[in-house]
Amino acid sequence: MRVMEGSEAIAEAVRVAVPKVIAAYPITPQTHVVEDLAKYVADGRLDAEFLTVESEHSAASAVLGASAAGVRTFTATSSQGLLYMSEVVCAIAGMRLPVVMTLANRAISAPLSIWNDHQDSMMLRDSGWVQIFAQTAQEAHDLHLVAYRVAEDTRVQLPVMVCVDGFVLTHAFEPVEPLTEADAAALLPPYEPEVRLDPADPMTFGAYAEPSVYTEARYEVHDAMRVAGDVLTEALDAFAARTGRRYDPWFDRYRMEGAEVALIAMGTSAQTAQLVVDDLRAEGVSAGLIALRTFRPFPAERLAEDLATVERLVVLDRSVSLGAGGIVAGEVRAALHAAGAPTRVIGVIAGLGGRDVSRETIRKAFEAEADGWVDLKHELVGSER
Amino acid sequence: MSQTLVEEAEVVHAPERAEHLIAPGHRACAGCGLLVGARLAADAAGGNVVVTNATGCLEVVTTAFPGSAWRVPWIHSVFGNAAAVASGVKAALRASGRDDIPVIAQAGDGGTADIGMQALSGMLERGDDVLFVLYDNEGYMNTGVQRSGLTPTDAATTTTPAGRLSEGNPHLKKDLLAIVLAHRPVYAATATLAYHKDLQGKMGRAIAARGPRFLHVLVPCPLGWRFKSESTIEVSRLAVLSNLFPLVEYRGGILDKVKRIGAPVPVDDYLRAQDRFKHLFRDERGEVEREFLQSIADENARRLGLPVYRPAA
Repeated sequence: MRVMEGSEAIAEAVRVAVPKVIAAYPITPQTHVVEDLAKYVADGRLDAEFLTVESEHSAASAVLGASAAGVRTFTATSSQGLLYMSEVVCAIAGMRLPVVMTLANRAISAPLSIWNDHQDSMMLRDSGWVQIFAQTAQEAHDLHLVAYRVAEDTRVQLPVMVCVDGFVLTHAFEPVEPLTEADAAALLPPYEPEVRLDPADPMTFGAYAEPSVYTEARYEVHDAMRVAGDVLTEALDAFAARTGRRYDPWFDRYRMEGAEVALIAMGTSAQTAQLVVDDLRAEGVSAGLIALRTFRPFPAERLAEDLATVERLVVLDRSVSLGAGGIVAGEVRAALHAAGAPTRVIGVIAGLGGRDVSRETIRKAFEAEADGWVDLKHELVGSER
Repeated sequence: MSQTLVEEAEVVHAPERAEHLIAPGHRACAGCGLLVGARLAADAAGGNVVVTNATGCLEVVTTAFPGSAWRVPWIHSVFGNAAAVASGVKAALRASGRDDIPVIAQAGDGGTADIGMQALSGMLERGDDVLFVLYDNEGYMNTGVQRSGLTPTDAATTTTPAGRLSEGNPHLKKDLLAIVLAHRPVYAATATLAYHKDLQGKMGRAIAARGPRFLHVLVPCPLGWRFKSESTIEVSRLAVLSNLFPLVEYRGGILDKVKRIGAPVPVDDYLRAQDRFKHLFRDERGEVEREFLQSIADENARRLGLPVYRPAA
């Protein structure tokens, strides 16, 4: 056990996974992750090519090319960086390249904000990347190794974005039990793609598709997402057997027994929410918490199974679809509706652009009777004003 | 600056194989200069390469799934990133003990000088071991002949049409080679189809070098430049003979060789061969523009120490 900055915990996990090509462009709050990796390369602790590219667009492009050439790759970004590389991000998924990325979650311009929320990853929600949200430095560390295993599995072959709250997770120091090279060797097989760019066996990557085949290509990505859920489950089982640290592939249930009111949160806010659940339970309120870990593939049926008996469900969104509402809330609502569950779903938008998601914020969210936004005084402001 | 007269240079990597590395059966237009240039270049480079490609005509006409005309490993993803993908491929090859495989990035003029400019600059500036080949047909031909940063002054395109108030493209053709040379690439050259041995020789020398390299290939486009499909090679030749597209070769950023045109032809000969310049021959305004285009050719010649066009007395 060692006290580490969240970014270092991530870089350490990437180091033992041994990517051969890393490409990144600086953006706050992603920087410490790639700075640590650059130092490992400089010190000879990680045998990798580190490309200091001139933009996020080229960072994503370089790992796309390197991955197609048959090696393990890594990149990291945040916010505008993710948006700037977004067309390449979509191509990486469509081309079935198992790139792993750390997304240090940060708000989207305008107005400019370097602070944490989930709007950046939500913008790329539909890109074909597996999206997993970590709550702690330990979890962020562990999920990066698992991410490579899932991405590179020949049944999946999809990129994975490990989403970590900017600053709150990337820059905070927490005790972490680091994975060793032996753990990585036991849990992550060498990357041996079925096809790669190779003059001995020339293949065309990234062909152009006419209407006769495009739908099928996209369906295959969609279907691989479903398989990714199964492979993630297997990978986390193997991870638990090796390390003793068990993560549910979909979501954590905290004090959900007999819960009449429940909250759904993602990322670090879910940790704070545990304290609020404890407070509410102590006050006699039957409150529980679902900490959503995997957002893509979305566990619609599992959520519906677990939440059908909850009377009132509040979804805490750290992002917003402007003109529509909370994004996770919308998806949860659809899942419960499809399952015929009577649960009332309320969407609360909070913690945008680095505004604290405090115990008071979460308590107000628990009390919400209608969709709304939490303001600076932790008051719920209705959507309809 | 050392200049030597280059006649048609020897082909360094003559293709031994009966088959071309770009197979027939692709969907390019009749008379497409791009496909002629790309096939000559691919054959000169040989099969032991990895090619990255920008979006555009070359990509679309050669790789309609499930077909592919490429007999070399080839990858395309988006428009502006051929250079960056190539940097990543090269890093992967280096990291996996396959550093002996050359990597070629290729793009059209848009994918090089406009949307691909930043990635190209990054690749060159980092000194990445990549050969970037620009196939310049002077416009966005794949999307229907729109103006690019490499469209020549006065060319009519669909976004710079000639009209009562317009003589076509009002902008100068970007001096891309100068921008590339400012990065001090180990090798940079220009070539075109009419001088195919020169093109293949340059491709061979470029592929044999290590470090950032650049080859600018002018590829006339019958559709966009509006000439008959059998005239492609002639138009390519006139571009050189008029001094509008000098054939040069630089090593380490220094001019090494230049093709000397003993008796340049007037720019009008080149312009008259293409209907994209047709509007320049209808009135006095056009004459002024043609004089300006002749001055660009003359300046090219003077800069390179070549004979300047002299009209008969």
